[in-house]
Formats: sequence, C-alpha cells, structure tokens
Amino acid sequence: MHELSIAMGIVDAAMDEARQRGVQVSAVHLRLGALSGVVKDALMFSYEVACQDTPLAGSRLIVEDVPVTVFCPRCQDTRVLQSVQSFLCPQCATPTMDIRQGKELEVFALEVQE
Amino acid sequence: MSEPRLVEIRRNILKQNDIIARALRDQFRGAGVFVVSLVSSPGSGKTTFLEKTLTLLKPKYRVAALVGDLATENDAVRLARSQTPVRQITTGTLCHLEAAMVQNALQGWNVNELDFLFIENVGNLVCPSSYDLGENLRVVLMSVTEGEDKPLKYPTIFNSADVAVITKNELSQAVEFDWEAARRSIESVRPGMQIFRLSAKTGEGMQDYLQFLAQQLEDHRSILPQ
Repeated sequence: MHELSIAMGIVDAAMDEARQRGVQVSAVHLRLGALSGVVKDALMFSYEVACQDTPLAGSRLIVEDVPVTVFCPRCQDTRVLQSVQSFLCPQCATPTMDIRQGKELEVFALEVQE
Repeated sequence: MSEPRLVEIRRNILKQNDIIARALRDQFRGAGVFVVSLVSSPGSGKTTFLEKTLTLLKPKYRVAALVGDLATENDAVRLARSQTPVRQITTGTLCHLEAAMVQNALQGWNVNELDFLFIENVGNLVCPSSYDLGENLRVVLMSVTEGEDKPLKYPTIFNSADVAVITKNELSQAVEFDWEAARRSIESVRPGMQIFRLSAKTGEGMQDYLQFLAQQLEDHRSILPQ
C-alpha cells in the first residue's frame, strides 16, 4: 500500500500551488492512468487521511480514470484498450506494447476560492 | 468568499522520483555498470535466485547488490555468502524502494568499479511498479508454485518489467505447472516479453539467463558515449 505516500504527494502539490496563488482549495482533480500502479479506492481513502490538519482538510479528490491507449502498428492508429490484461488491438487483435497513455498520475486542476 | 473556480495546473506526483531515477541512470551509464532490478511477490525465491546469480557471475564479473527489506537484514546476510559486496536497504513500513533510497544506499560506493549491480526490491507485486529506480533492466520473478495466472492478476508490474523469470522449475511436476498457460498470461499483459524458465536451486536454465545478462552488458557498453 503506497497510496498514502502518493496521497501526501498530491496534498503537498496542491498546497504548494494554493500558497503561490493565495487561494483556498476545495477540490483536486487528478488524472489516474490504468497503468499507474495506484489503486483508486485506496487512494481516495488515503487522501482524507493525508488532508487532516492541513489547509486542504475537507477538500474533495476527483479522479479522472485514464484508460490505456496504444498505437497499433497494423491499423496505424491509436486504440483504447478495454483491459490492462490484454495488450491486443481491440480492432485487429495485433499485439502491441506501444503505450501512448495510461501511466498518468497527475494533478491537472484545482477548484479554488479566493 | 467568491465563487469557486477551476484553475488548470500540471503536477506529476512522482516527478521527484523520476528526476532522481534519471540522474541515477546517467550515473550508471557513465560508470559503465549494468543495473538489474528484481521484483516479485514475497516467497518467490528472489534471494535464492540472486544469490545464485551473484555466485555464478562472480568469477568473471565485478558484481554487487542492494537489497530492500521491510525490517530484517536476513537477506543481506544470506547474500553475503556469495562473497560479493551487499548492502541492505531497510524500508521500515514502506512496501517498495524509491529512487532516493537507491541513491542514498550507493553513497560511498564506487559504481565505476562494477560490471553488474543488482537491486532486489521489497517482495510486492503492486507498489514497486510505480517507481523508476534508474535500472537498465527490470526482471519480474514468479515461481511455479504461484499459479499460471499471476501475470493476469498483477498486469501492471509485468507490464513495467523487461523480462520474466519463472523459477523453482524443479517443483513444476509436483505442482502440475502449466507452462503454456503461464506463457499465454505473460504474452497477454506484455506482448513479446522474453521469459526464462529455471531453477535457482539446481542451476538448471541459469546459463541462458547469465548469457542474456552478459549480452545486455556488452550492448549497454557499446552504446556508451565516447
């Protein structure tokens, strides 16, 4: 379970931005790739713990799940995988490891109040 | 207080780890040392496999190892039997190694004097997948006693690794290990992944793996900046 240290990283990043902008954060928007190695439920729980006794206490974590997108060498196009258990092009079943998206672990927006 | 508004930012949460990992990789490239990390679930036989690897490589190569463990130094003590330099990274409650821990553990070590450095991660198939350690090759290890569908249960770690090793092959008959099913599972989560089937205990299959490592070292050094 490394989600608590990840959650603390998220809180630190959000606090840092909030300080620089002189704002209060009410929600943190996170992009979470299916291949990030982070379990969403554990992260949601850890976030609350990580926020305690910080200016972010009571804020929400809003997670946008990012599926794995691969480039299919046969179709010559990007395709979204249905599952991380099968790295086959969903159109033509060609195996591919050319991963274009799905490893994200990134805060991309904050809901703030002045 | 004003209405809430949305501000866009871009903060990669593991950026700090990635920066250190990149610095380590540069350091390793400059030193000409090939760095191999090992990940597996607890009890797969990482330490036995590493001990065998170190012992067999030692006559010909300069080797050393860093081993991560939650609380004990047992692994380092076992590995010291191979008569190679070994350092323990005790992670406390942390379930994985991070690049900064590798960097700290290497302080005072001259990696320029090494051919191979092995990093044994904490036994865990989930958390280590998120952390780049600056290694050149990540080996995921599973034993025949674990079941052929292990890769499907932990696709992320298999996907993040470069090669797979299936060990404890001496037990495969006793546990009716279905090699074809295991191969299909790995191929499904990591198409094209090279697989080594071996027994660290009897030594069966170790030579293929060692030859592969030797070739990797040669390739690694042939692309060094002159």
